[in-house]
Amino acid sequence: MTPGDTLGDTPNSGAAITLESVHKWYGAFHVLQDINLTVQRGERVVVCGPSGSGKSTMIRCVNRLEEHQEGKIIVNGIELTNDVKAIEGIRREVGMVFQSFNLFPHLTVLENLTLSPIWVQKRPKKEAEQAAMEYLERVHIPEQAKKYPGQLSGGQQQRVAIARALCMKPSIMLFDEPTSALDPEMIKEVLDVMVGLAEAGMTMICVTHEMGFAKTVANNMVFMDEGSIVEMAPPKEFFTNPKSERTQKFLSQILTH
Amino acid sequence: MQQSLGQPAKRSAWWNDARVRGVLSQVFVLGGIGLLVWYLVSNTLANLETRSIATGFGFLEREAGFAVSESPIPYSAADTYYRVLVVGILNTLKVSIVGIALATLFGTLAGVARLSSNWLVAKFATIYVEGLRNIPILLQLFFWYTVITQTLPGPRQAFNPMPGVFLSNRGLQYAEPVWDPTYGLMAGALAVGIIGAWALGRWAHKRQERTGRLFPTFRVGAALILGLPVLAYVLGGAPTELDVPALKGFNFRGGGTVTPEFAALLVGLVLYTGTYIAEIVRGGILSVSHGQTEAGLALGLSRGLVMRLILLPQALRVIIPPLTSQYLNLTKNSSLAVAIGFPDLVSVANTSINQTGQAVEGIAIIMAVYLTVSLSISAFMNWYNRKIALQGVR
Repeated sequence: MTPGDTLGDTPNSGAAITLESVHKWYGAFHVLQDINLTVQRGERVVVCGPSGSGKSTMIRCVNRLEEHQEGKIIVNGIELTNDVKAIEGIRREVGMVFQSFNLFPHLTVLENLTLSPIWVQKRPKKEAEQAAMEYLERVHIPEQAKKYPGQLSGGQQQRVAIARALCMKPSIMLFDEPTSALDPEMIKEVLDVMVGLAEAGMTMICVTHEMGFAKTVANNMVFMDEGSIVEMAPPKEFFTNPKSERTQKFLSQILTH
Repeated sequence: MQQSLGQPAKRSAWWNDARVRGVLSQVFVLGGIGLLVWYLVSNTLANLETRSIATGFGFLEREAGFAVSESPIPYSAADTYYRVLVVGILNTLKVSIVGIALATLFGTLAGVARLSSNWLVAKFATIYVEGLRNIPILLQLFFWYTVITQTLPGPRQAFNPMPGVFLSNRGLQYAEPVWDPTYGLMAGALAVGIIGAWALGRWAHKRQERTGRLFPTFRVGAALILGLPVLAYVLGGAPTELDVPALKGFNFRGGGTVTPEFAALLVGLVLYTGTYIAEIVRGGILSVSHGQTEAGLALGLSRGLVMRLILLPQALRVIIPPLTSQYLNLTKNSSLAVAIGFPDLVSVANTSINQTGQAVEGIAIIMAVYLTVSLSISAFMNWYNRKIALQGVR
């Protein structure tokens, strides 16, 4: 798939994620200001914006790694509250990939992948391992199954991290700058896996500055600055005809080189 | 034939050869140490001779002639020096083993508590750690000994919180069951229960791998370990005869005793070492990056499972080496028992030296025992550390 092609339109079969006037403060710092965002089932949203604009905080609120203080977040029809069991249920449905991979260094690649299926979904070990091997093949590294994360390259680690999230068979995937910690030649191998996921119809929110990837995959672009969503538009409109001045300035800065 | 480039270097003097220098320096060091040892030994021997003190371990066979206040094995003043030293070693081991177990438990709790998001719990743990680890252990032992012997009433006014238990400045006296064959049966049942629980754990693990179903191993295992001895007790006719302590004259007779000396030493060692262990545990948990917790939570694991499957296995690697040092410190600090009159190895060996004048032999025995115990602890902890070492990372 080359940048420039786009995947199909948004399938519309109801909202997967809804954020309604969400606010969050770190002490006195107003990090999320009145965020409203709806992600349909099968929709792919790419979030960009300068660092410190609240992008990561926003998607980390979706699986409650961060707590929001005002407003409503509804994931798969369940509202995020203090109900610990409900939160654990939502986290099983929502896979997350981190900038720094966060693989478990004391476990092999295969054990990383099967940990949660075995302990959370209570699947037999054999079955969990078979499923894990299938996902490792999908991210093109089945031969690394017996190695430890420390023995893999950054790109391989991030693909393992994606496979680990997929092993829970999530209906939604969150990507928090998945390629920002990678060497340039490894970025493509990770993006290819993500494009494959998008083609398979996964609901995704990606925080990334890979604009080629965004043009290829996104149904909707979201631009954030200083804790607010400044602009939201389909990629074609977003890149060719951004409305706000702030977006124009940001795009001119990251697209000129 | 190829012409060599440049002149072959002119060989300099032989003492400029790195290998020769290496060998020479080692010869000098060894020779120096040998001379020093020879000087010390010959001097000591000469001095012992002028004072006509016999050398050798023959004194161990002689009668010790002094009593000790408590002993895990039968001992009287008529026994030999050998036996009184064994009593001392057993007392040292007793306070060290119980102390290490309790200090680990207490320190881990305090370390986790200091990380708690509960303000009060975290502050309490901080005050405990910062307070007690900055006061010399000897002072703390005096303090606890004074607290126990000065604040508790005499035997005649002893607290009697429940039948058969007395708390006074002579220590804690409690009723002990009189020996009955049923207790042997119970010990056997306990062993069977422990083996059964272990087998059950293995079976449950296999079944989880096969079917994915979790088994309440902890509850059923605990029921086995506790239940079988109870069953044996009932089957054995439930013997009820007790050796109850009774006030005779100025003190209690009969039953079991925890002396004030042992209690003060144990409390002092546990609280003092616990502060260090708390800091080690806290550091170990903090050394695992927060991303690990987040990754675990994001996979739907509960906080308990994240702690058990992800944080603790990684923290242990950081915790074990300094924890070993603290176990060694506790064992060695137990020799401060001499200050409050608990008959540990140093205390009885001191008395033996004073009576026999066999200072060299006495000190040699003390050093050999501490070295043996410490190296054993070290070897075990190093083995455990290798067992859990991170693989695939250099």
